[in-house]
Amino acid sequence: MKKILAVDDSASMRQMVSFTLKTAGFDVTEAKDGSEALTIAKQHDFDAVISDVNMPIMDGITLIRELRTLPSYKFTPLLMLTTESGLDKKVEGKAAGATGWIVKPFNPEQLLAVIKKVIR
Amino acid sequence: MSIDLSQFFEVFFEESFEGLDTMEAELLNLVPAEKDLETINTIFRAAHSIKGGSGTFGFNAVADFTHVLETLLDQIRQGERELTTEHVNLLLKAVDCLRSLLAALQAQDDPDLAEANALRIQFEQVLKIQESTKQVDIDTTQQATDKNTYQIDFKPHHHLFKTGNEPLYMISELEELGELEVTAFYDEVPEITNFSSDECFLHWRFFLNTSCDDKAIKEVFEWVEDDADITVELCGGVFIDDDSKAPDTSAESINAVEQSPSVLSTTETAPNVTQSKPKQAGTNQAKKVSSTPESASIRVGIDKVDSLINMVGELVITQAMLNQLSEQEITPSTIISLQEGLAQLAHNTRDLQENVMRIRMLPINFVFSRFPRLVRDIAQKLNKQVELKLIGEQTELDKTVMEKISDPMVHLVRNSLDHGLETVEQRLLAGKDPVGTVTLNAFHQGGNIVIEIMDDGQGLNTQKIKEKAIAKELIPADNHLSDDEINELIFMPGFSTMDEVSELSGRGVGMDVVKRNIQLLNGSVEVSSAPGVGSTFTIRLPLTLAILDGQLVRVGLHTYIIPLISIVESLQIDIKKVSRVGKNLDVLRLRDEYIPILRLYDIFNHENAIESLDKTLLVVVETDNQKVGLLVDDLLSQQQVVIKSLEANYHKVDGISGATILGDGRVSLIIDISGILKLSGLKKPGSQELSIEPDNIAEML
Repeated sequence: MKKILAVDDSASMRQMVSFTLKTAGFDVTEAKDGSEALTIAKQHDFDAVISDVNMPIMDGITLIRELRTLPSYKFTPLLMLTTESGLDKKVEGKAAGATGWIVKPFNPEQLLAVIKKVIR
Repeated sequence: MSIDLSQFFEVFFEESFEGLDTMEAELLNLVPAEKDLETINTIFRAAHSIKGGSGTFGFNAVADFTHVLETLLDQIRQGERELTTEHVNLLLKAVDCLRSLLAALQAQDDPDLAEANALRIQFEQVLKIQESTKQVDIDTTQQATDKNTYQIDFKPHHHLFKTGNEPLYMISELEELGELEVTAFYDEVPEITNFSSDECFLHWRFFLNTSCDDKAIKEVFEWVEDDADITVELCGGVFIDDDSKAPDTSAESINAVEQSPSVLSTTETAPNVTQSKPKQAGTNQAKKVSSTPESASIRVGIDKVDSLINMVGELVITQAMLNQLSEQEITPSTIISLQEGLAQLAHNTRDLQENVMRIRMLPINFVFSRFPRLVRDIAQKLNKQVELKLIGEQTELDKTVMEKISDPMVHLVRNSLDHGLETVEQRLLAGKDPVGTVTLNAFHQGGNIVIEIMDDGQGLNTQKIKEKAIAKELIPADNHLSDDEINELIFMPGFSTMDEVSELSGRGVGMDVVKRNIQLLNGSVEVSSAPGVGSTFTIRLPLTLAILDGQLVRVGLHTYIIPLISIVESLQIDIKKVSRVGKNLDVLRLRDEYIPILRLYDIFNHENAIESLDKTLLVVVETDNQKVGLLVDDLLSQQQVVIKSLEANYHKVDGISGATILGDGRVSLIIDISGILKLSGLKKPGSQELSIEPDNIAEML
């Protein structure tokens, strides 16, 4: 079973992402900010990371930048969740090493459609 | 795949309300002149989360509204706009508005959008000045160079074939643009008898992963635009890996901008804000729902629950041990073990009780947290400068008591701001700091929680109160009341010292209701004041309403309970110091006070009680600053008792506040001290009974 780390400071979004991915057959771990995600990511290997951008303590872009420096995440798909108005974040995200992005708001189907581009 | 999103709603509402609380608190912290980026970021983040969540869970009205305030916050955050007090005020209004929108949605009502729309227009006016074109540029550059995923819903009208178009070709065309995932829906295909091969009954959903923009996608469907429902929505994408391409993006982007001026997702189906309902009805509705959902549940720290489970575990072990003992033959040694076991059981029960009580306890911050906003709004309205200090916010209090004390506190704080604190000019004249201070202080004292509301204003004007009270014939003109007693007069019904009726504090109907409501919680309120220095209102409340520390007393054959909190002292009567006043009232000279003696057996019509004063005991109790002695036959033990309502199970009995069940199974009545005073006709005029129902307080405040 492929393992995905879902990172979002909003509990409802986190649960929604997590539930959708679990229903689609992924093994999902949740983290509530970048810093927690980084700690968890160092302890376990994940096949993909999906992270919100705007979070307290450590934001999603920093998380992606940090993850890319780790040998085990050199090639791992790292996706960010961003809003339409935050599309300029994409430039920053890409520079930090993000694989792709998912536009908020999204529905479960849309989430899976994007995920399937990088992990099956 | 279909996932029911409603399962996440409750969490979403909960975190959104928390987010709004955070926004409000941080907005109140903001000083426009200081560029406090961290605070602005926190506010932005909260708004951003609410927007993201509401959009995802289909609350589009909330998402649309949040979008405008998020845009403003973003501009401030990015330093594109200076923060002003006007912005803070607007944002605070937006927080209120969002709160009522979400409360309505939570209660599954239609939200009232009139206020949201009005506020939105205000936001848009603020934002209009620099509606940025910049963002579009950035979006465009990115979409041209990376692989986007679009969701395309294509629903041909039944007559499509008659236009000569063939969906299959369009699908192949889409496939040429990138990776395509197709789902066909055949729910509209009719029964075979109604089937017509000339009509198109299928419709499709595509996910297309492409480096083309949505203009290219629309071109595919160009010919059938009017013969089908088509939506194209951007839902994410994957960056092209080739890093060497990155520097070229700027050059490409220029082309892209020229080719496709608008590449943002075509959300033609995006619901517009629906027509607003008449404002009056909607606002009432919002108010109604926002007040209800809170009291239904309680959030308990996991440590409290764990500790409970632990206690129950020990209780079970003790019970098992006693059980085992009961099966053995009784010998002196088993009796000792039995006693030990019972002691252990008593210990467990006490621990369990304390822990269950702790579950109902919440930090008083739940009430305090509403005051910064309240004080800010009132101070602005009154044109006074006020600093609010909160002390002891973590002091814990029973949830029910907390809910009921909130309104009286609001009234007292308003009163302090309105009547207590002076205007800036008056303060300067008096040589005081132009900024007045209101302090809320909470702490535990004995089995009570004490809440103080202090201001450094002008203090109560005793002369004025006295004159007013005489004018209103509340006290006789030739009274000899001390200053403290005069101050207490403000709690009398219908008392007001302001010559003009103030919009904020009302006609002074409130103070007596405040007192009444605090008394309903078995609490008390008193005021102390010094002219020119300020006033302090002190509220004392029991930590919980369910359990009372009681002194068991014997009257004849009956056992009564006197609340321990009311007892000042207990003594044997020195008969020489008793004198008779009037027909049948004895008073005891105790130090320099005269204490009226009330014979409980007389009040409750018991026989067999000891009647001679020197053979009985006197329990001196105090209520409403008035002391009386209750004559009892004997003092028994002190214990915590669980209060059972007499009104709920029987009917109201004067002089009795409730009942409890004693260890031996007998019912014992709890004495209501102020009720006893009333029964005996000793009650002072200042604390007379009011015919005001507690429910009315909300209206009056």
